[in-house]
Amino acid sequence: MCTYLTEKVEISGSGKGATGWISVTDASVYLDHPVHAPFGHSLNIDFLAPELGPSARVAVELSQESARALAKAIEAVLESAPPGLE
Amino acid sequence: MYDAMIAETVTITGHDGDAIEAYSARPLTPGPVGGVVVIHHMPGYDDSTKEIARNFAFHGYNVIMPNLYWREAPGASSDDAAATARAQGGVPDDRLVGDVAGAMAYLKGLSNANGKVATIGYCSGGRQSFLAGVSLDLDAAVDCYGAFVAGPAREGTTMVPIVDKTPSLSCPLLGLFGADDQYPSPEHVGLLEDALKAAGKTYEFHSYEGAGHAFFSVNRPAYRVEAANDGWQRIFAFYGKYLSA
Repeated sequence: MCTYLTEKVEISGSGKGATGWISVTDASVYLDHPVHAPFGHSLNIDFLAPELGPSARVAVELSQESARALAKAIEAVLESAPPGLE
Repeated sequence: MYDAMIAETVTITGHDGDAIEAYSARPLTPGPVGGVVVIHHMPGYDDSTKEIARNFAFHGYNVIMPNLYWREAPGASSDDAAATARAQGGVPDDRLVGDVAGAMAYLKGLSNANGKVATIGYCSGGRQSFLAGVSLDLDAAVDCYGAFVAGPAREGTTMVPIVDKTPSLSCPLLGLFGADDQYPSPEHVGLLEDALKAAGKTYEFHSYEGAGHAFFSVNRPAYRVEAANDGWQRIFAFYGKYLSA
């Protein structure tokens, strides 16, 4: 099914897309049909720079299991980082 | 048998007079032949759906597939365009109807056209094929596992149920579904069938055991060869019956 389940978040950082590095300002997180990953549905993350147009997108499509592992890893790294780093 | 065809990107006039991109595939025969509007799935105006368009042309139909995401992402790759349109909640229903009407006009204007036009849509396009059928004067419509025709709405999107429009259906409807699908579930399909019966409409439904959503997609794990092969036969039989001159 086309779930249309989406979480949008404002972000600050950079991503490397088809044309090189871009400053990304928005992310979409959604569970839906992948374009490339071999699953019926995948956890997809789009890192976006909307002011540069639809092609300014860094996309990943993950299995649901690996997406959960990734989320835990991100939290773990941030928790264990020395305080005061910017 | 002469089987040459031409397939190319063209510009058609869609909803509100907008010029939008579309993919045209047509047999190079004098005709008269029927026309098919292919409504692409939510993942977009992509290579695999263009292949479907060419298959219909190979079987003798003029085909047009509007790029439903052209306005959100003109010139972008199909996956980037789909991501953009998806993030905005999908294609508005009135715009879809206007774009299909423009596609129909394109087909009817071809020199080898017999004047008859059908739609077919996959995934979100299945619902949109039904939407076109209840909104426009068509000769046939095919709904391939379209969700949100009947059953609950999906909040925050354009996907509201339209089963209440069934009395307005202008043409025979062929529905092809996977019995393992959850959207539309067999219950949702049953609700649509009840509405078609109540309205006295001509329809033909097939639900395939062992198949779920997107079983026609040859490049996805959801592909189910037996369901897809039977489905293609059903489609060509249906079009043979309702799109003949």
